[in-house]
Amino acid sequence: MEMIAKETTKPRELISFIIGKQEFCVDIMSVREIRGWSPATPLPHSPAFVRGVINLRGAVLSIVDLASRLGLPSSEPSARHVIIVAQVGSQIAGLLVDAVTGILTVTPETIRPTPDVASEMARSFVKGVLAIDNRMITLITLDHVLPSQELEAA
Amino acid sequence: MDAMAEIKQVFFQECEEQLFELEAGLLTIERGDDDPETVNAVFRAVHSIKGGAGAFNLTDLVHFAHVFENTMDLVRVGKLVPTQPLIKLMLRAADILADLVRAARDDETSDPGPREAMAVELKAYTPGAAPAAVEAAKPVKAKVEEEFVFVPTKVDFADLDDLNLMPTLHFRILFQPSAELYAKGNETTILFRELSRLGSMSVTCDSSKLPALDAIEAEGAYFTWSVDLETSEDEEAVKAVFDFVEWDSALTIELIESAPAEEEPFVFQPTMVDADLLNSISDVPLEVPVEAAKPQLALVASKADKAAPSDDHAPADKKEAATATIRVDLERVDRLIDLVGELVINQAMLAERVAELGLARMSAVSIGLDELEQLTREIQDSVMAIRAQPVKSVFQRMPRLVREVALQTGKTVRLVTEGEGTEVDKTVIERLSDPLTHMIRNAIDHGLEKPEVRRAAGKPEEGLLKVAALHRSGRIVIEISDDGAGINRPRVRAIAVEKGLIAPEAKLSDEEIDNLIFLPGFSTAAVISDISGRGVGMDVVKRSIQALGGRISIVSRPGLGSTFTMSLPLTLAVLDGMVVSVAGQTLVIPLTAVVEILLPQATTVHNFGGNSRVMGVRNEFIPLIDVGQVLQYRSEDIDPKMGVALLVEAEGGVRNALLVDAIQGQRQVVIKSLEANYGHVPGIAAATILGDGRVALILDVDAVVVDSRAEFASSLPLAG
Repeated sequence: MEMIAKETTKPRELISFIIGKQEFCVDIMSVREIRGWSPATPLPHSPAFVRGVINLRGAVLSIVDLASRLGLPSSEPSARHVIIVAQVGSQIAGLLVDAVTGILTVTPETIRPTPDVASEMARSFVKGVLAIDNRMITLITLDHVLPSQELEAA
Repeated sequence: MDAMAEIKQVFFQECEEQLFELEAGLLTIERGDDDPETVNAVFRAVHSIKGGAGAFNLTDLVHFAHVFENTMDLVRVGKLVPTQPLIKLMLRAADILADLVRAARDDETSDPGPREAMAVELKAYTPGAAPAAVEAAKPVKAKVEEEFVFVPTKVDFADLDDLNLMPTLHFRILFQPSAELYAKGNETTILFRELSRLGSMSVTCDSSKLPALDAIEAEGAYFTWSVDLETSEDEEAVKAVFDFVEWDSALTIELIESAPAEEEPFVFQPTMVDADLLNSISDVPLEVPVEAAKPQLALVASKADKAAPSDDHAPADKKEAATATIRVDLERVDRLIDLVGELVINQAMLAERVAELGLARMSAVSIGLDELEQLTREIQDSVMAIRAQPVKSVFQRMPRLVREVALQTGKTVRLVTEGEGTEVDKTVIERLSDPLTHMIRNAIDHGLEKPEVRRAAGKPEEGLLKVAALHRSGRIVIEISDDGAGINRPRVRAIAVEKGLIAPEAKLSDEEIDNLIFLPGFSTAAVISDISGRGVGMDVVKRSIQALGGRISIVSRPGLGSTFTMSLPLTLAVLDGMVVSVAGQTLVIPLTAVVEILLPQATTVHNFGGNSRVMGVRNEFIPLIDVGQVLQYRSEDIDPKMGVALLVEAEGGVRNALLVDAIQGQRQVVIKSLEANYGHVPGIAAATILGDGRVALILDVDAVVVDSRAEFASSLPLAG
């Protein structure tokens, strides 16, 4: 985790959210906006974690069910769910989460290394964990959220 | 991109426009139009290219443009008559100039051979290097400096006799600037200051056209200036002052009186010549004959007569090209189109909500909403119109193509274009060029006969090729017609039989035979020529036009010629689609693919093999594809009787029936990319946004047909 320490010497801001009973966060710089759930149009031949596409002011946006993407049990989305619109590389994607909890301002020291758990999620997405007020918040990266490479390989 | 590269890019864009002006002008002159304005436009085009090229140190381009310009200048001043051979030569020179521009743009070095040969041919028309000297003498030097080379020249006194530098000439200059002159940052004060350097002058201003204060347009031009100038310079020098504003003003230069120079013997009297003049003598090593200035005077006067009428806009109207334009990044326009599309959807949703409230139709809210709807529609149309461009940009490449192909095939061809102003979306224009090029080559190579054959058939030796563009029922139609031999039907038929495309005993109508040429791998040319490719014939053209959502057809009359008609959508951003429901989802099927709508009956649908079905359509069995299954919306077969079958034609003319649950209607949809924010989805071409704000997918008919075959073949699950 020296890498993160090097990347950021100043305090950074993160957006935290809940999926199921776990709390996660992403860098605020990659978040474009937060909006309510609206029904998505399913895409044929797409992985299960892709909920479909929605219309975001004229652009077609794919919705990734983050629970399913991270290997957590996912639930049927309702109006109470939230979509975090985030920049993923050159593309924009909507991330379906249960609720957004707030903005965290943390110093790099607060971010602890990923516990040594042999899960796919830990390897592809987790960048570290934070301990704040007895809560454990997992910092994730969005680089591999979209299935583009997998699709091309298929 | 650094600033210089950006400026350079703009320069090359402008060059393209100038080259088009040049070619169009030359073609106008070729038709016998000797309007001095056309000649001027042609000259101006070459001059601008040269000027710009100089700024970027494109020496090859500058040199060639210079030679070209010199010859053209002689035509402009009336010393050279634009004969047909000369115009033909100039057209070829224009092609070489275009090549040079492109080579410079792409940083390539072009073969100097053709341009040097052309330069020699062009120079043959210019006696000496006189025009260069005239240029050099102009006080406004900014653009010509790059070739301002002092060439030591022997001047003998016989020449100097002609030079006649001494007399004082009295000019009356009537100068009426137009608003455009000021808009381009020119300023009368500066012009007059420049003029005052030539000699003594008095200026009066005619302000009679100045309207009352409340009617004045701040940007308008209302004054006419009259200048009395006494100078020892000749008229050319006076004209040169106005060199860059000539097009934006009405200018008359009138020689009122001159000292009886011709009678006076030439005496070299240094005392009468001021220092400036002496400088200009050394700058002007060759003759600037007063005699030459005289006919020019007449020319200027006649031009001024045309420009002089009270209506200030007359000259501006004449040059259509002078319309004000701005260059906008395409992305910005597309963003605007997206937003307006969203506005339309929002407005529709709002109207729906209001309707739900049960307000009276005549309530203020409802009326306001109606007005909003009209406004949004209008905005949408206007925004779409921004992307539209005249097909001129494609058509302007055709004359050259025709010349080249005609030369290669030894045929004489006259190209007539119509409807150049017909507008169509930029993306369509870009992709129109290749099929059009191919079809024109074909028409000349295969359609038109050689001159001797034409003569024998009692036709004029010159073949006629007509390319016309027009709007017809929301599409753009492009017709390419020739007056050649028409399609040789027995021969086409024989080839089709020989290549196994049709059965020898097949009975085909004339129309069906004509359409055989669109079959893959068909090429009628007995000798495969460089021009029409190698067997990649009309089928490629047909496919690329279909890819654009277009259609192509042919009408041919033996001995009289053929007409190819292609019809294309006006934009690729919008598609005519059939909106259908499949397993609770809404899909759009491109209308161009749909041939027919059929209602499946228990008697017409048959199981075929494992899990495939076919449908009987007029004695033919056509595979029936359940769209819901191909797209994995459902895994169970539905009862075909509950659905509707769409007979579609996929690539290569393969027919299939697509089974959907119901047809919702037919509408125009805006195409949205799925790749931008996601990736390619098998079986789906793109997405669109429906009136309720939801995304609907547009079916890729070709892919679905291929997919379903693959599925039948290997019953393996598809990617995912």
